[in-house]
Formats: sequence, C-alpha cells, structure tokens
Amino acid sequence: MHDQYIPNDTEEIRKKLMDAIDIKEIDELFSDISEEIRLKRDLNLPNSLSELEAKREIEKVLKKNLTIKEMTCFLGAGVWPHHVPAAVDYVSSRSEFLTSYTPYQPEISQGILQALFEYQSMICELLDMDVANCSMYGWPSSLGEAARMAARVTRRNEFLVPHYISRDKLMVLKNYAEPAGIRIIEVNQSLRNGQIDMEDLKRKVSNRTSGVYVENPSYLGFLIESPEEIAEVVHDAGGLFLVGVDSISLGVLRPPGDYGADIAIGEGQPLGNYMNGGSLLGIFACRGEDYLIRQMPGRIIGITTTLDGKRQAFCMVLQTREQHIRRHRATSNICTNEALYALRAAVYMALLGPRGFQELGEIIISRTRFLIEKLSQINGVRVPFFDAHHFKEFTVNFDGSSKSLREINRRLLEKEIIGGKDLTSEFPELGQTSLYCVTEMHTLQEIESLCESLKEALEA
Amino acid sequence: MGEFRQARWFEPLIFSIGSSGRRGYSIPSIRDTDRSALRDIPENLRRRRLPDLPEVSEVEVVKHFTRLSQMNFGVDNGLYPLGSCTMKYNPKMNDAVASLDEVRWIHPLQPEETLQGMLEVMYKLDLWLCEITGMHKFSLQPAAGANGECTGILIIRAYHQMHDELKKRREIIVPDSAHGTNPASASMGGFEVVTVPSDDSGCIDIEALKEAVSPRTAGLMLTNPNTLGIFEERIREIEEIIHDAGGLLYYDGANMNAILGKARPGDMGFDIVHLNLHKTFSTPHGGGGPGAGPVGVKEHLKDFLPVPLVEYNGKKYYLNYNVPHSIGKVKGFYCNFDVIVRAFAYILTVGAEGLKSISEISVLNANYLASKISCIRGFEVPYGKGKPRKHEFVASCSELKSETRVSAKNVAKRLLDYGIHAPTIYFPPIVDEALMIEPTESASIEELDEFVKVMEAISKEAYENPEKVLSAPHNTSVGPIDEVKASHPRTLCLSWRMYKRKFMKE
Repeated sequence: MHDQYIPNDTEEIRKKLMDAIDIKEIDELFSDISEEIRLKRDLNLPNSLSELEAKREIEKVLKKNLTIKEMTCFLGAGVWPHHVPAAVDYVSSRSEFLTSYTPYQPEISQGILQALFEYQSMICELLDMDVANCSMYGWPSSLGEAARMAARVTRRNEFLVPHYISRDKLMVLKNYAEPAGIRIIEVNQSLRNGQIDMEDLKRKVSNRTSGVYVENPSYLGFLIESPEEIAEVVHDAGGLFLVGVDSISLGVLRPPGDYGADIAIGEGQPLGNYMNGGSLLGIFACRGEDYLIRQMPGRIIGITTTLDGKRQAFCMVLQTREQHIRRHRATSNICTNEALYALRAAVYMALLGPRGFQELGEIIISRTRFLIEKLSQINGVRVPFFDAHHFKEFTVNFDGSSKSLREINRRLLEKEIIGGKDLTSEFPELGQTSLYCVTEMHTLQEIESLCESLKEALEA
Repeated sequence: MGEFRQARWFEPLIFSIGSSGRRGYSIPSIRDTDRSALRDIPENLRRRRLPDLPEVSEVEVVKHFTRLSQMNFGVDNGLYPLGSCTMKYNPKMNDAVASLDEVRWIHPLQPEETLQGMLEVMYKLDLWLCEITGMHKFSLQPAAGANGECTGILIIRAYHQMHDELKKRREIIVPDSAHGTNPASASMGGFEVVTVPSDDSGCIDIEALKEAVSPRTAGLMLTNPNTLGIFEERIREIEEIIHDAGGLLYYDGANMNAILGKARPGDMGFDIVHLNLHKTFSTPHGGGGPGAGPVGVKEHLKDFLPVPLVEYNGKKYYLNYNVPHSIGKVKGFYCNFDVIVRAFAYILTVGAEGLKSISEISVLNANYLASKISCIRGFEVPYGKGKPRKHEFVASCSELKSETRVSAKNVAKRLLDYGIHAPTIYFPPIVDEALMIEPTESASIEELDEFVKVMEAISKEAYENPEKVLSAPHNTSVGPIDEVKASHPRTLCLSWRMYKRKFMKE
C-alpha cells in the first residue's frame, strides 16, 4: 500500500495535473526514454503490504537476531554497548531535526546548526583540541581522512601506524591513502606490554614522514604510557602527531591535546548512540592553527552574527574547502555525514557533564579491573595478555588450556554468553587470544556468570 | 497565503546554561569500591583537569534542545523542494521498526547465527535493489552517496589495475552539470577529472564526449536524469563510446526517484551504480546524515566489491569475506543498519506498484510546477525547451535579476518567509541564477499551488517593492546571516573554546 504517502495519487488529481500540462497519458512524460531501455514489465518485488502486515513481517525477520538484552555480550572492538539516556532518544526523534537536510539555508536551520556547533565544542573540550568537524562516517573513515590531511599539510607521503590496530580499520585507511600516493608503514609494538617500540619508531621516522598515528586506549585496550615521547620523535622530524581515542574514556584518561596531538580522531558511537549492528560516528578534531584548519575535511559549523550585527547566529563555514564549491580540488568528497548521531552525542555530553564522564570512566576502569581479577583466577587463562593498564577492553589468552578459542566461545554461546572477539586471524602471534569488553551495562551477575561458564567450558 | 513565523528563542549556548554541580545523568555502580580503581592508573595517564563541559540537569538539556528543534525546519514542517536531495516524506512506520531492540541492541561481531535477522534484511534489500536497478550484486557498506562514489571509483581502479592498465588509464570523465561530489570522488580515487560540456538540450555534448575519450579514459560518472532533470536520451551512444574506449560507466543514483519501475541503469549499460537510500528510499536525512549509499555492480565486477558480502546458502545467511579482487573496506563494519532497515520497510510497504507511482507522481508534480513557474514574470526554465522534465527542473531568474536586482538567493530567502524551504540554488553551474526545484511525490496539489502563488507574490514584490525581497528572510529565527564574517580569519570561530579566546578575554 502506498497511497498514504502520495497525496496526489488519486485518479482525479492525476487527471487534473495531466490536463494542466496538456498530456493524456502519464507515459508521455517518459517518452524520452527510448524503447530499447524502457522497462516493459513490472518490477519483480514482493507484493506491497499494509502497515500492520509490514510491521509484523519485519518484526518476524528481526526476531531472528539475538539482542544483548536477551544474552550477555562481551564484544567491543570498535562498537560498544553503553547506556543510552531516554532524553537522547527524545531529542533526536524531534522531527524538525530528524527530517531536515544539511543546513544549506542557515536562517531557517539555526537549531541543528547551534546543536552541531555545541557538538563540535564539547568534542573539543573532551579531546582538549581547538576545532572539530561535524562528523565523519566512523573512526576508520576519520583515520583515512586524517592520513590524507597529514599528507596535505606536510606535503609528505609516509604515514606510520601501530601494529596493533584493527585490520578492518587498516583496510579502510589503505583505501583512503593509497590512491593519494601515501605509504602506510607499521611500527612494532612490544609483545610483552604493547608499548610502541621506540627504536623501531625512530628508525622509521624520517623527513618523508607525514605523521605518526597511535591509539590510546589502543585497539586491544591497553594504554600508551608515554605518548609525549612519541610526539617528540615525530615533531622533531617535522611530521604530525595523530591520536585516536575512545571518546568515553576521556573523563579519566588524559586527552590527546594534553600530550601533543595535532589531529585527534576517534569513535563517537559510545556517546549516546546505539550499536545498531555497527553504525558509527567519526570524530575528527585538530589544533587551531590556520594551516591545519584549512586542510580539514568535512562540514564545520561556525559562530557569526546576523548581517545587522544584532544577533548571534550559526552557519557552515570554510565551504571553499568542500566539493560543492571546489569540486575535484576539495579536501574531501564528504557531504552527508552522521549529523544526527552527532546531535545525539551533543545531548549525551551535555547530560553527563564533567563529573558524569569522570564517574563513568571510573566505573569502567573498576569493572575492567574486577573482570580481569576474576578471570585471572581461572586455570589456563592468561589475562591480560599485555602487561599494561587497560580501559574497557583487554586481551584474554587461552594458550594455557587445552581448548581452542573457537570451542570456548561456542560453549559460552550455549549459555547465552557471547565471549570476546577472536583475534587469532588478526594477530596470529598472540595465540588463542580474544578481546573482551566490559562497560557500565554489565552487571555483577553477568560478570560472575561469565566466569562460571568459562570455568565449565575449560574443564569440559 | 499567509506569512509564517518560525520560533525565535534567544537560546544561549549550552555552556552558558546550568550551574556548578548539576548533572543530567545517573550511573549504576557495582559495589562500594567501584571508584577506587582509578588509583591503579599511573598519574601521568590520568586526566588532570576535568573537561570544561556544561553542568546542566536533564530538565535544562531537554528544554534547550527542544527550543533548538523549534528553530529548525524539516519535511514534516512544510514543502522542502531542495533539488537533487529528494526531500520526500519519511514514513513513521520506518522509524518505528528502526527503533526495535533487534536493531539497536545487536553487535556486528556477534556469531552469524545470532544475527540472522539483520543478515536477512541486508540480503533481501540487496536483491530488491538489484531488481530495481538491473544490477547483479550490491554492497550496503557505504554510509552516504559520496562514500558510495568513492567505492565505485576504487572498483574502477582495481578493475584497471587487474588488467594492468591503471598506469595508462588516469582520467575520469564527468559532465559539467554533475554533482560536485563526482569530481571530488574521482580525485580522491587518484584520477584526473576531465569535464565535458552540456549541449543546448541540457544533455552531454556527444561530439565533445567523443573528443574527450582516449586510451587514458578510466570511466565516466553520470547521473540520469541529469541535474537539469532531463533524461540523457542518447545514453546508449554514450555507453558505447565509453565501453569502446575501454572505460567503465558509473551511475550516480541521486536522481533515481525519477525512473523507478520505468528504466534501470543496468539496462542502460552502466557497470556500477550507487543509490542514496536517504533520498529515493525515504530514510530521514537527520540534518546531514546518517545516510546509506549502497553500491551495485554487474556480474563482471562482483569480485571487486567491498567485504564482507551478505550471502545465503539455502539454510542460513552469512558474511562472505572470500571475494577474490575485493577492494577491502570503505567504512567500519557492514552498514548503517538503522538506515538499511528503514529502506527495507519502505520497499516492503510500497511494493513494485508503489515505486512506479512514486516516480510517476514525482515527475508529474515537477512538470506541473515547471509549467507554472515558467509563466511567472522574470522566471524561465532554460535548456531542452519542450522536453519533459523528470523529478526536478531548474528555473532561472536571471531576467528577474537584471530587471529588479532580486537574485536566486534573494528568492530563496524570501521563500523561507512563507514557510517553504528554498530550492537548491546556483546549481548546476551551467544555469544562471539557478533554482533547482524538486517537489517529490510527497507534495500535494494544494502545496504545489501554494508554492506557485508564493513564487508569483515574490515576483510581484521584486518588481514593486524589491527591498522586501532583497532584505529577506524576515520571519525565520534570525534574519540574514553574515556568512562572510563567519569564514573570515579574524572572526572565524569554530568552538566554544575559540569563542572564549577570541571574544571573552578570560
């Protein structure tokens, strides 16, 4: 059924409109599509359904998903379960926001413009950076754009990344970097504590280095202990220092601006956004120097006034960087981004405030420690694999047991528990290791039940 | 016909609201010792100074953002004829299914047997999009149209690389009427951009195209109907020219709303297609995303698509990473699933017949409006005289401008005063004082007639009382905005932090 969405689809109105433009058949409007390529049959799609039928059908299909409300899930690795306050859903379902386009007409779009300016501003406070854009498609896309920006700023083409980053992210990075002639070089990390191998870094950094990228917390959850030293090495060589962060960690962990980052990126999904099977919000920020700002990708909102100077107002700025003005010389092709997720993040950051972020960070660290302690009491489990401090995620190694990770995860699934992400194909050198994630969503019972079930699985 | 009034709150920045110690959130703690763990983290890894975020209660947050929402304009507020953006109605049922737990609370790395619902939706949507476009396999990974374009360009790149021709094939051909993303995407993919002009009928100049192709041609990016709303009648010739030269054809699906069930890019000879689900398939645009820009290809390019692809083996749906020449990944994980499920719901509700009606009525609405607007003093609809438009048309008010000083921008701003969102202006660049108008199938005849009346009134004002139009808008939350100041280095201010430094002198 479709009439409910198409007010003019009645015989009477069709006729009225056709009469007005002097045609007899609707197909006269399509007469310029040659016979050869005209579709002469109906599209082969399922019969249309009423709202009630369609809703039932979709619910039936989606019921085949097992949600993390129906079981316990310890997966993270790029998207994480966090509580979403009801006020976030309320604000983002306001249809004035939800059904608007990119704010090309600022006078009638002050709402979303101010909200996105506030998003940018709160991201800057959280990351301790000066400028942020409206968003990218996700952390991996932010990394790709950041590598290109570093190359533009420095006019160099070697980009250094740590060994332990997600292989998926690396694939996205390569697709942004390689066509621009940027070479990706991996820097070794210690197999003992995950820290960047400073000797290797110094060997690989040169006057060809556009930037060095690290993640803190890293993909595998451990913290980088002396980021300033890395910053110094790359800055001495005239390159940029780029840092990727989990936004939710910054109430307790040092922000990238505090240890020399020139460009800071990260994932904003934890800030009031559901996992949605992997919907992301790419954070992108940099220091406030003009030569950096001019090379930024994406939409940026600025504060200004009305022409008469009487009122504060907001609009998109520096559009001469963008594709609709600069076409093939644009800094990026991005236009549609993840604005509504950014709006949600703005509401979330406002709700939490400085103390909310601090408290949440403390609770996550505490749970991380608690789960590590609990797991380390189980025979055959080495946790964490890396001897370092961790936030929210950590590696669990089962080489000391006779069971394979695949088997262990299968047994956990029988108990409606989804264990950590299997890292065996991504990083074979880590043996039977998986990546566990724990947040404020996990209850004490869930943690205890994981430990019980793991014990059983290992003993079985 | 009455003028409209948008809400006009004097709403301060969220940083200026609230009071020290307030908060809008409560967090469960597991046990009493919860908060001591931080001491384990060495001092130099800990944040020294708390972030300077606002301290506000939930009450204040909700009021603040509700007021901001009232100073915004979406398709539910009124007519939104923004050309090439297909601002159609977003069915509420689609939002309802996108907010189910089975969408929100699933993790992409869960075992496949626990994600069968999501994979089934993705698989079926892939099949349906193939049927709608005449392609053979889709990837739902790209998060937006431009992300889809990049994906297509990377496929073109990988294809020529495999045939050992990438070193030679350095050029992507783009018509001068193309969306700005086309040349930007081609350039991001490492190609040079060759622009071909349009002829008097608003279509690609075939002779110029013949001159532009060479052994250096990697491909052509085209939207059909084009940005003038005119169908490229000679598409088969264009296809032959490009294919004969060894290039691939890329279809920018931004304008697909015009030809659903009428013609398919696959049948026109395109090798690669992207669709904008947030345009043609009614998912809300959210003030600038999230969107979805799935990319479909013909059989011979299937093996280049991003990983993973969603497949079905007769028993279960699964993620296939075994794609021999895959370009890899173009964004994290698989798709914006909350967008995908809305498009799925849309197609399921409207069906084949509905899709055809959507195109018929969107085209009928556009032609009805075009015929009315072209009769208004100072306006014309240039290019392709006498040709039917498709889902949109481009009017020019260059006569109005020379006679009254009132420009396309002024007309756009004055429209806002009547509660109608402005069309896309100054695009495509080949039309002077362009107003690109796309009513979509969602506009009722009453709204169309109202729009015409408002345009007539604006024309009359322009000739009789141009000041009123030149100084518009008057009825929006704020009057005309100083966009030059906004981007000027001296006054550029992109965050609260910059604002404090520049203007508050703490």
